[in-house]
Amino acid sequence: MAADIIFWILAAVCAGAAGAMILVKNPGHSALLLVFCFSALGGIFGLLEAPFAAAIQILVYAGAIMVLFIFVVMMVDPRAGIPLEGRKRAKILGPAIGLVLLFELGTAVWRAFGRTSGPAASGAAGSPVEVGRRLFTEFIYPFEITSLLILAALVGAVVLGKKEQSEP
Amino acid sequence: MTTGAVVGLSLVLFVLGVIAFFVKRDLLTQFMAVEIMLNAANLAFLGLAQGAERLDAQVIVFLVMTVAAAEAAVGLAIILLVFRRKKSIASKDFRTLRG
Amino acid sequence: MPAFTLIPFAPAAGALVLFFFGRRLGRKAVSLIASAAVAVSLALSVVAFLNLLSRGASGPDVTIHRLFTWISSGALRVEAALRFDALAAVMTLVVSGVGLLIHVYSAGYMTRDRDVARYFACLNLFTFAMLLLVLADNLILLFVGWEGVGLCSYLLIGFWFEKPSAAAAGKKAFLVNRIGDAGFLLGILFLLVATGTTSFAGIDEAVTAGAITPSLAVCSALLLLIGAVGKSAQIPLSVWLPDAMEGPTPVSALIHAATMVTAGVYLIARMNVLYAFAPIAGQVVAWVGALTAVYAGTIALVQNDIKRVLAYSTISQLGYMFLGCGVGAYAAGVFHLFTHAFFKGLLFLAAGSVIHALSGEQDLRKMGGLRKHLPLTYPVFLIGALAIAGVPFLSGFFSKDAILVSAFSQGRWALGTLGLAGAALTAFYMFRLVFLAFFGDARLTLEAKTHLHESPPVMTWPLLILAGFSVLAGYLGLPLALGKNANLFFRFLEPIVPSAEGHLGRSAEWGLMLLSAASAVAGIGLAYLFYIRKTALPGRWAARRPGLHRLLLHGYHVDNFYGAVVVKPLIRGSEAVYRSFDLGVIDALVDGTGKAARFLGRAFAFLQTGWIKDYALAFLLGVTIFLGALLF
Repeated sequence: MAADIIFWILAAVCAGAAGAMILVKNPGHSALLLVFCFSALGGIFGLLEAPFAAAIQILVYAGAIMVLFIFVVMMVDPRAGIPLEGRKRAKILGPAIGLVLLFELGTAVWRAFGRTSGPAASGAAGSPVEVGRRLFTEFIYPFEITSLLILAALVGAVVLGKKEQSEP
Repeated sequence: MTTGAVVGLSLVLFVLGVIAFFVKRDLLTQFMAVEIMLNAANLAFLGLAQGAERLDAQVIVFLVMTVAAAEAAVGLAIILLVFRRKKSIASKDFRTLRG
Repeated sequence: MPAFTLIPFAPAAGALVLFFFGRRLGRKAVSLIASAAVAVSLALSVVAFLNLLSRGASGPDVTIHRLFTWISSGALRVEAALRFDALAAVMTLVVSGVGLLIHVYSAGYMTRDRDVARYFACLNLFTFAMLLLVLADNLILLFVGWEGVGLCSYLLIGFWFEKPSAAAAGKKAFLVNRIGDAGFLLGILFLLVATGTTSFAGIDEAVTAGAITPSLAVCSALLLLIGAVGKSAQIPLSVWLPDAMEGPTPVSALIHAATMVTAGVYLIARMNVLYAFAPIAGQVVAWVGALTAVYAGTIALVQNDIKRVLAYSTISQLGYMFLGCGVGAYAAGVFHLFTHAFFKGLLFLAAGSVIHALSGEQDLRKMGGLRKHLPLTYPVFLIGALAIAGVPFLSGFFSKDAILVSAFSQGRWALGTLGLAGAALTAFYMFRLVFLAFFGDARLTLEAKTHLHESPPVMTWPLLILAGFSVLAGYLGLPLALGKNANLFFRFLEPIVPSAEGHLGRSAEWGLMLLSAASAVAGIGLAYLFYIRKTALPGRWAARRPGLHRLLLHGYHVDNFYGAVVVKPLIRGSEAVYRSFDLGVIDALVDGTGKAARFLGRAFAFLQTGWIKDYALAFLLGVTIFLGALLF
């Protein structure tokens, strides 16, 4: 019962923050709102008996990725040159079709889960120990490959971020 | 907190991300919208997983997050570079690939 | 592995080396390599010949060496096998011997040419193909060599391919040969179907065992004759040889006098068992030869280019060889082939020496009095001319006489008379050439006069050697009038290549010899009259008969005839097909595809706006539609 209430509160925060992000003009504000959203999401993960996922969501997403975003927001002065003109057609059509998509997906979910009311959280908790074991046995290949990926991203980001060398 | 509700939230979040992408006019916030969509996907994974299977879902969520982090790093570096060139991050300024 | 099997492969190796590396090696190295390769072939040929002699077998002495099985498909089985017997011995000695002399001569003649490597590579390749031709054990391998020499002929005639006339001449030679080859191939197929084999031993066996019907034999013999006619430039496929003089003179000497053109004669001699079984075909061979001999001889009377005279002379002499084979005297035909290689090779090389001395002049009207300035070239040329004219004691006399005797001894009076007429013509036009070039007042251009010089030793030594053979070679084939076993050549060839049946009485033979000698002398005398004594005479004769003069000058207009009847319609036809089908259909299709692609591209270009939002919209639309299709 309590879990339900907490879930709905967190869900409201999450969706609300995301919605607010759309309406707000300042990118810095948008980034902060997203931090809220992702943190709420982390909480929901916890409620879903995925403590590991919850932890890394807060640490990585809310804590690292969004911070990166905020850095960039600060480096890229947003106040200068916010354009007044958008792309009218896409601006209208996009959201419209997006809503159609929502309707479709909703239908799909309703068909699958509408009647049943089985709780989402049930069964044994997925402890981090177990997750770790899985990662290093079944999912060892993806694990190693993602480490390579991070290396590549690291190198790429450093190279791309270098200040331009002026020709002597 | 039924499965349906969780997945429903993930849907709403996803579509909010889509709408955000179309409404916003600068690259940075559009990129943020993409992150919203990714998170929605993560939520869907966890929501649809039941019981012990949630273990696999957590692993997948971990991997997705790793990739998203790498992607964010590189993507933001590119946005910075692009900004240095054009002194702007308005998406209307990046239309040179038109046919 | 017997020695003779390596004979063709030395020049093959030489050709390979020269084709790939020739450009990097120097001029000297190139000519050395090429000549050395042929020298190796010559040495091996001599060894094989001596082996053959020392064996002294009474019957046919044939050695066959199988290299590998080339085609094995169902009932068809073609071996890559080489065959050595008396005939092969003669041919390999001629090809490699004369070939070597011409390679050496070329080293001098081609010094100033920049494509020496290509020249010698082609020359070696030719030698390989020709040796393969004469050593082949079956018709198919022979055909490989046959085509090979045809190819090399094309390459060498058109050696100076930047000259349009040379390129055209090479093309003409190849195409005319091709026509002959079509007949040849058909003949091979007929024989294959009839006997199940293409090897000479196999066919000979089948024919003697009576496995072929007479009509089939005649058919295949005539088809093979078509091939021989093409290769040996007889009527009606003679048109390519005069034009082939566009090539360098040593090439004319080797390919178009001593060796390649004799391949037709070789073929007929090789297939003598078949021809013996098809007498009608033999008749045709003889008449083709005789008529060609006279035809070419008349044309040679009025030609002004020194090489063209020699070319028509070659056609004429080949006619004699065909005549000999046609009346069954195959050995006599081969004997004339043998002596002809020497004196015709000599004449061409000496002519080359003259042309070289005159800095490229080939027109007889611009020569004269050269015997004072070319003390080495003149005597050897004279020897060659005497030999070909059939003056007694030189080789040409003996070989020509052998053929005439064979003709008359079988009661073929018409053919024999044509032969005699041809002999007289030969003597006349050859000495017309000698007198115009070497005697009288010098009519040289200023340029020729200033650079007039005798040729270097590398060119004159081969001339001397060939002159020696032109004199002596005849003694290998002494006439039967001097005794039954006097003719060594015939006896050597006897098991493989028969000489004629029929016999003339002793006195008749002597009488014939006198007659042919007399016709030679008459021809020379007439030439002397026309070109030394009363030099105004030729001009007056030509002026009084302009039509005849023109007819002979243009070779009875055969070229024009072919051009109008064969070449022009073909060209017009192919142009029509080109325009209607190639351009109209195929190009239209291909261009159309391109145009369609461009049109489609432009039509859909509106999708590429450059806006990321538009692209994202497209994604979204796609996903939505897809999902909708799945759900509903």
